[in-house]
Amino acid sequence: MGEVIVVTSGKGGVGKTTTTANLGTGLAKLGYSVVLMDTDIGLRNLDVVLGLENRIVYDIVDVTNGHCRLKQALIKDKRFDGMFLLPAAQTKEKTAVTPDQMVELCNNLRQEYDYVVIDCPAGIEQGFKNAIAGAEKAIVVTTPEVAAVRDADRVIGLLEAAGIKEPQLIINRIRAEMVKHGDMMDIDDIIDILAVELLGVVPEDSLIVVSTNKGEPAVLEAGSKAGEAYRNISRRLTGENVPIMPLEVNEGIMKRLRKLIGMK
Amino acid sequence: MLLELLQRLLGKDDAVQSKNVARERLRLVLVQDRCSIAPHIMESLKEDLIKVISNYMEIDETGLEVTFSDEDNSLALMANIPILKMKRTYGES
Repeated sequence: MGEVIVVTSGKGGVGKTTTTANLGTGLAKLGYSVVLMDTDIGLRNLDVVLGLENRIVYDIVDVTNGHCRLKQALIKDKRFDGMFLLPAAQTKEKTAVTPDQMVELCNNLRQEYDYVVIDCPAGIEQGFKNAIAGAEKAIVVTTPEVAAVRDADRVIGLLEAAGIKEPQLIINRIRAEMVKHGDMMDIDDIIDILAVELLGVVPEDSLIVVSTNKGEPAVLEAGSKAGEAYRNISRRLTGENVPIMPLEVNEGIMKRLRKLIGMK
Repeated sequence: MLLELLQRLLGKDDAVQSKNVARERLRLVLVQDRCSIAPHIMESLKEDLIKVISNYMEIDETGLEVTFSDEDNSLALMANIPILKMKRTYGES
């Protein structure tokens, strides 16, 4: 019996789709069978992040409407045999799918696959309610900013009210240099405020832009720091105990200068 | 002068660390967000308040008002409860 995990955040632009793509790919790389489901109807993006946009024939609404069988809509990944994408519909309304249909869909998928990772749309309206309906576990993505953490708090409350206990947090796009100078909230600040379990910390990494350009998730890039963080988080999801990567600060010229004149 | 300039160039002192500002603003905004409690919970809070206070005094239940107030960076539960009559003994009906 597989596990259905929803990736959500409240606020848009914090990296839900990137996180979904990388964790799903990370799990597939570890040898698990995975379905990545895009529930952002009208604004589908998981397909381009995964580089599978040219292979779409059917979408999630075709499945729930009975226009095609579930297997027909699942797009096989080009890198891993055990990884599939269920794309969102691009030209339909968010109300084209109901929470009951989502529950049924998730139940069908968990019979056959080890993990189902759901990319949730931004916001807390119908699309969000659909995305969380069939999930038993939630990952909340935030960035170290006031607006993102505030929205994460709201979403955590809604998840718990919906019966998804103990959501786990990913802090995305953290910048070690700014944290060090006290210009960005650090991990402890955010965990303290939100009072949730930390699943992982992903450093800001320009290679994410490059990998998104190419449609190749960064988790497959050996030299990417964010990719390494996603590899660790994928292993944590499977129950492995992997320590949180320490934030690394590049020793810049300023720091060396500061040392030289004996400050700090 | 020179030291000040150097400090500004090389880093800031703790007092102006913007992460502390962020943390404090976030703490306040979350206190307010988390206080927007569901109407049915507010109703049961009112009922419980009436139950307890009725042991000591007769109150006007229709005039009961319960609100949250945030002033001076702190949050308080404000209850405005019109009293009709004081009771002489605990629980007298």
